[in-house]
Amino acid sequence: MSGTHAHTVAYVRDTMLPEQAPPASEVGPIGWMRHNLFSTWVNTGMTLLAVAAIYYVLAGVLPWIFQSVWNADSLTECREIMMETWGSTHGHACWGVIKERWLQLLFGFYPPHLYWRPILALVLLLAALSPVLFSDRVSSKMLILTAAYPFLMPFLMWGGTIWGPLSAALGFVIGYLIIKHGSEKLGELGAMIAGVVAAVIWWFVLAGPVTDALSSALPIGIEAVQSRQFGGFMLAIMLGVVAIGVSLPIGVVLALGRQSDLIIVKYICVGFIEFVRGVPLITLLFVASLLLNIFLPPGTNFDIILRVMIMMTLFSAAYMAEVIRGGLAALPRGQYEGADSLGLNYWQAQRLIIMPQALKISIPGIVSTFIGIFKDTTLVSIIGLFDVIGLASAIRADTAWNGIYWELFAFIAALFFVVCFSMSRYSMYLERRLKTDHR
Amino acid sequence: MSTLTDPPKEQFRLSMLLYDTRYRSATIQVIAMFGFMLLAAWLINNTIINLNTLGKPVSFGFLGETAGYDINQRLLDYDNQDTHLRAAFLGLLNTLVIAFMGCVAATIVGVLVGVLRLSSNWLVARIMTVYVEMFRNIPVLLWIVLIFAIVTESTPHPKVYRGVETGAVVVTNRGTYLPEPLFSRSLGDVHLFGSSSLRFDISLDLIAILVVLGLSIFASIKIRQRADRIQEVTGVRPRTWHTRAAVLILPLLSLLIALGFHLGYPELKGFNFQGGTHLRNSLLALWLALSLYTAAFIAEIVRAGILAISKGQTEAASALGLRPNKTMSLVILPQALRVIIPPLISNYLNLTKNSSLAIAVGYMDITGTLGGITMNQTGRELECVLMLMLVYLAISLTISAVMNWYNEAVKLKER
Repeated sequence: MSGTHAHTVAYVRDTMLPEQAPPASEVGPIGWMRHNLFSTWVNTGMTLLAVAAIYYVLAGVLPWIFQSVWNADSLTECREIMMETWGSTHGHACWGVIKERWLQLLFGFYPPHLYWRPILALVLLLAALSPVLFSDRVSSKMLILTAAYPFLMPFLMWGGTIWGPLSAALGFVIGYLIIKHGSEKLGELGAMIAGVVAAVIWWFVLAGPVTDALSSALPIGIEAVQSRQFGGFMLAIMLGVVAIGVSLPIGVVLALGRQSDLIIVKYICVGFIEFVRGVPLITLLFVASLLLNIFLPPGTNFDIILRVMIMMTLFSAAYMAEVIRGGLAALPRGQYEGADSLGLNYWQAQRLIIMPQALKISIPGIVSTFIGIFKDTTLVSIIGLFDVIGLASAIRADTAWNGIYWELFAFIAALFFVVCFSMSRYSMYLERRLKTDHR
Repeated sequence: MSTLTDPPKEQFRLSMLLYDTRYRSATIQVIAMFGFMLLAAWLINNTIINLNTLGKPVSFGFLGETAGYDINQRLLDYDNQDTHLRAAFLGLLNTLVIAFMGCVAATIVGVLVGVLRLSSNWLVARIMTVYVEMFRNIPVLLWIVLIFAIVTESTPHPKVYRGVETGAVVVTNRGTYLPEPLFSRSLGDVHLFGSSSLRFDISLDLIAILVVLGLSIFASIKIRQRADRIQEVTGVRPRTWHTRAAVLILPLLSLLIALGFHLGYPELKGFNFQGGTHLRNSLLALWLALSLYTAAFIAEIVRAGILAISKGQTEAASALGLRPNKTMSLVILPQALRVIIPPLISNYLNLTKNSSLAIAVGYMDITGTLGGITMNQTGRELECVLMLMLVYLAISLTISAVMNWYNEAVKLKER
């Protein structure tokens, strides 16, 4: 170019022009808005619609929340105050109901002077979960608390003698010791069977009399609380935590059973999982409230909370099994083959190679199962337990608060939203972290 | 046992059942089978003893007795002199109705929200995120109860409409009234199953409309296939949209005119509205809550499905010269659907199972009839819960059979 035109062109620039700043309409807030809000006519229209919708919602909700009545003992009093202050009863919340009943919505009919116990149980729960959930930041010594928690929690919640939870824990200790030290004499399988048998004998034959004797000799304990006094949001957390905690080992066994080569074991597991996943939870809760006592030996009668816990556990075990099966399926085949080539037997391979990895992959799935189970605990209100929704219906049936619904349901929804949303964010954080591990 | 059919060469010892891997699996399975049967026998034995003590041995005779309660929202004729079986049957139909309505609405809302969440408009995408998170993180039972409270307590009483010209749709605190389709030259009904508990009336008008619609769609597909063939041979696609539109619309239109189709509007008579299709508040609340709740999950599935298709697919399609809408329908959608459909169907399953929460607002589905009033009146808990579980299990297994069939059909064919 320059060769042919050099003599015809009067002037050729031989230096670069200095870079200029991009036009103001392309950078900064204006540029961002042009790109993200007003890029096309359709987009502009959608933005205007969205702004209108947000304005409409906020114009309704914000005055409702903030121009509200806190000091009132009944809905009528609330409305009188609203009439006096703003001249209308619409568009203003009556938070008096929450102020009066929030402790009941949280704790049900748990004795008020013992509120520290569920709170301590919750704090300990978070501490016990921290080494599992944040394994990169919390020392693994905290796992001792995690192991002790299943016995600590019932003691704190139900109270009573300390010997009951202790003897339950002792069964596990006995079984563990026999399996650990008996394997030289009895062989591995023999020690396993002996350990399980010894623990079962301890729980079903010896533990009862020993506990009774100890608690009459050394009455150490705290005030007992009946489970019909449990309720409110506390009940939802408790049911969810127990169901997930207990269903985890059952789910592992079911998932292994479903993947097993043993055809009878496999079909028993598949049958259980598909049956439970195929029916709605409410029918299982009907079983808990009406039928479980019929299935057990005559004269067996234990309280409804425990029966609900059993059925919720079975329910979540089936979903848990599917989550863990997904984790097992996601492991590369090389891991199984590597374990085989090291000469590990089935259980050693599962314990040392397969399960640690499979469970780690399934934690996000386990968390979302937990969110699902936690939301489903509200169904217990249908069989007459006083969880938050049951309590809300009871409050709405009270003459003082008859006809109130937005305030109560907004409060309950906020409780669930905070817990479930933070858990789902945690699960997303975990997925990101696990992803970097694998790539 | 295998020890008898296939004797080992060395001397068989009893301990080999445990330590020889050839026999161990058989031993474990026999033990598992034995344990399982023992457990089942124990449970059944307990149940029989307990039921005999209570004086009500298992019997399904109660299904033939008079139900004695009303079902206010129903598809077929029923009165309180009908049997419990009839009530359960109507409940099952109500379950299927709410499940179908819910799935349709949830899919529409869910797809819309899922696509809008990927919108380049920042504000719209954020609003949709708020919607999804709000509905996913709050229990569906709370939504059902809340929406029921809203539709019963914040809608006007029918007397408000006295002397007011009401339109086609009337919203009152006793339910919502929609126009109903009427046929002045109706073909009548066909009555199935005589006068038994499962008797079933189907409108012949509806059948005629469905048949005509089916034939029109079939003809339209044939026209398109012919156009495809001509295009393959000659390279020129004949213009077919007007014939296809005519084939789809004209037969249906003439049938509707022949049947004397018109709409019946609700009118205030006495204290209540008469005429029109009456959607009770329980149905409305359950439908809205279930569809909005499930739509939040479907939105996430749709979003994930679209994001799962790599950008290279779009670019390759443009490189081949496909227009954007052809790219969507021929390249992106078939691949995205493979990711979307299986979790979508399992969400339909969840919606169907969640419809059992109808009992919280008094919608008479199968849980409300068989598992609610029938169970309380007859005291037959075992039989009722068993039947209830079997019904839901049958629905679930049918849906998962469809899902497996679909998965098999769209699976990547690898060599």
